[in-house]
Amino acid sequence: MFDNLIPSPMRLELNDQQKMIQKMVREFAEKEIAPVAAELDKKEEYPTKILEKMAKLGLLGTIIPTEFGGAGLDTISYSIVVEEISRKCASTGVVTSVHNSLVSWPIMKYGTEEQKKKYLPILAKGEKIGAFAATEPNAGSDLGAMQTTSVLKGDKYIINGDKTFITSGSDAGIIIVFAVTDKSAGSKGISAFIVENTFKGYKVGSIYEKMGINASGTAELIFENMGVPKENLLGKEGEGFKIALGTLDAGRIGIAAQAVGIAQAALDESIEYSKQRQQFGKPIAQFQAIQWMIADMATRIDASRYLVYSASYKKDLGERFSKEAAMAKLFASETAVDSAIKAVQIHGGYGYTKEYTVERLFRDSKITEIYEGTSEVQRLVIAASLLR
Amino acid sequence: MNIIVCAKQVIDVSEMKVDANTKKPILQGVPQKISDIDKNAMEEAIKIKDKHGGKITVLTIGPADAKERIKEILAMGADEGILVTAPDNIDYFMTATLLAEAIKKIGEYDMILCGEASIDLFSGQIGPRLAGLLNIPQITYALNVTAEKDKVTAERNMGDMAVTTEATYPALITVTKEINEPRLPSLMQILGAANKPINEWTADSLKSGLKPLVETVELKGVSMERKNIVYQNDIDESIGKLVDSLAKEGVIGR
Repeated sequence: MFDNLIPSPMRLELNDQQKMIQKMVREFAEKEIAPVAAELDKKEEYPTKILEKMAKLGLLGTIIPTEFGGAGLDTISYSIVVEEISRKCASTGVVTSVHNSLVSWPIMKYGTEEQKKKYLPILAKGEKIGAFAATEPNAGSDLGAMQTTSVLKGDKYIINGDKTFITSGSDAGIIIVFAVTDKSAGSKGISAFIVENTFKGYKVGSIYEKMGINASGTAELIFENMGVPKENLLGKEGEGFKIALGTLDAGRIGIAAQAVGIAQAALDESIEYSKQRQQFGKPIAQFQAIQWMIADMATRIDASRYLVYSASYKKDLGERFSKEAAMAKLFASETAVDSAIKAVQIHGGYGYTKEYTVERLFRDSKITEIYEGTSEVQRLVIAASLLR
Repeated sequence: MNIIVCAKQVIDVSEMKVDANTKKPILQGVPQKISDIDKNAMEEAIKIKDKHGGKITVLTIGPADAKERIKEILAMGADEGILVTAPDNIDYFMTATLLAEAIKKIGEYDMILCGEASIDLFSGQIGPRLAGLLNIPQITYALNVTAEKDKVTAERNMGDMAVTTEATYPALITVTKEINEPRLPSLMQILGAANKPINEWTADSLKSGLKPLVETVELKGVSMERKNIVYQNDIDESIGKLVDSLAKEGVIGR
């Protein structure tokens, strides 16, 4: 009876194309990633073979425009890709997110035509994997404190410094590097550069041993008098801080999607296990204690997913999406951790062993509350946009 | 080489549940998909097209929403889709008749590829019936297919042996699941599928007045109940009892 009062109903469902993409990536992840994910984690092995297969399906060029060899998809489709990949392997999920959000995206947004023509097709085809090098030993959440320097000499910038915790650092071929070009200008003295791993003076340092996402090739990068052609400056000199913050806004959607994937995996495992595991003569799924945990997980996961879609949608409309991306990242990452804890609890002693996937999910989930802006930073971003 | 692939929309049986009280399958809300073995038929069609060129037409009989499933086949590599919209209660006779009429309307073709059976009802009747109605040679249960310019050869899976069979064109071939690994479409192919044509024909426009010859009286899920036999005494004695019991049930032979 109220139909005539609703001019155009809001549709909260994926379109047909997005559903097809979801189905394809889900099938791919099930077939190609699930069987090897535990082994990659155990051996701390970078997922090179998986990435090659993903490249063939266009998954490494998801958001890159078609004119540069990508699929030119919307951000919701991209979030679906990251979620489905992360559902089976969080390491491959973050590699995918960084490659698309933190490397391809800033080149698309801030790059010159020449830079786009040179680098985007390589990234879209997955010929080289991207990395984002901003964090330093003394510059994490406080990016303005970075110490890596860049000095223009002739037609090259000479970069010196040390970057830490760089996802895909072990294997990346194209790296967005941030360095100080004018120390006196503070955060406005930071610039961004497109660096290739073949540049002289580029060195991969130690590979970090971590709690989780062990297959993501997290490495230290060392630049010793590294010469970077002048034309590889991304944006203008001094725009680096702005580029970093803008890129991290977009990146947060990817990490939020990764967190949703991990949380969903925790729920999938819990449902399956609780229906099979018998205690006191019946499946533990029939106990209310288990049911409540599963209900809470599912509710938070749905809420997280809608926050991710909402931030993605705003980004595609060209509107400001910092607050929405921060909310999505904050809520989804805390949901991933919460869901993984509950999943281990549901699995009991078995969940504490490496025999079961939830043990890996438990370790993998924690990082989502830390990287690409800690939960505390997300709250600052959200509060700042509300109290402006 | 013009190839027609017959593909059926089915419910995803792995997601289907059976009502514990009525034993009836709960079909509402279960996701739909293209029957797995029909995707093997499609994969084989792509391989043949890659070698000989030509066109692949995918033909489906089903409800209007089967259009979405046809798009999946178009994304895999088919050039054109045809959906014959038909009521739910059609039987094998009606399906085969409508497929035959649709294929006559399509006209020129060299090969028809089908899955050996659909994963929902698994009757395996459609391919043979269709070949009969069209009066063309058929090769069923193909493990591999070699298409040459003027003939097609296929190895048929006959359980404990394989039989190699040859046919001239046009021919109908039903394939087994083992024949190949169906490809996943790339993102670009998914995007490209939106621009490929899907024609919709109604069942009545192909042949009016068709009525099912078989009436489905009831559909019930198979229930498996545990026997809950526990052997607790001496291990050797228990093993003996277990083996006896399994042999009695016909699970193992003696």
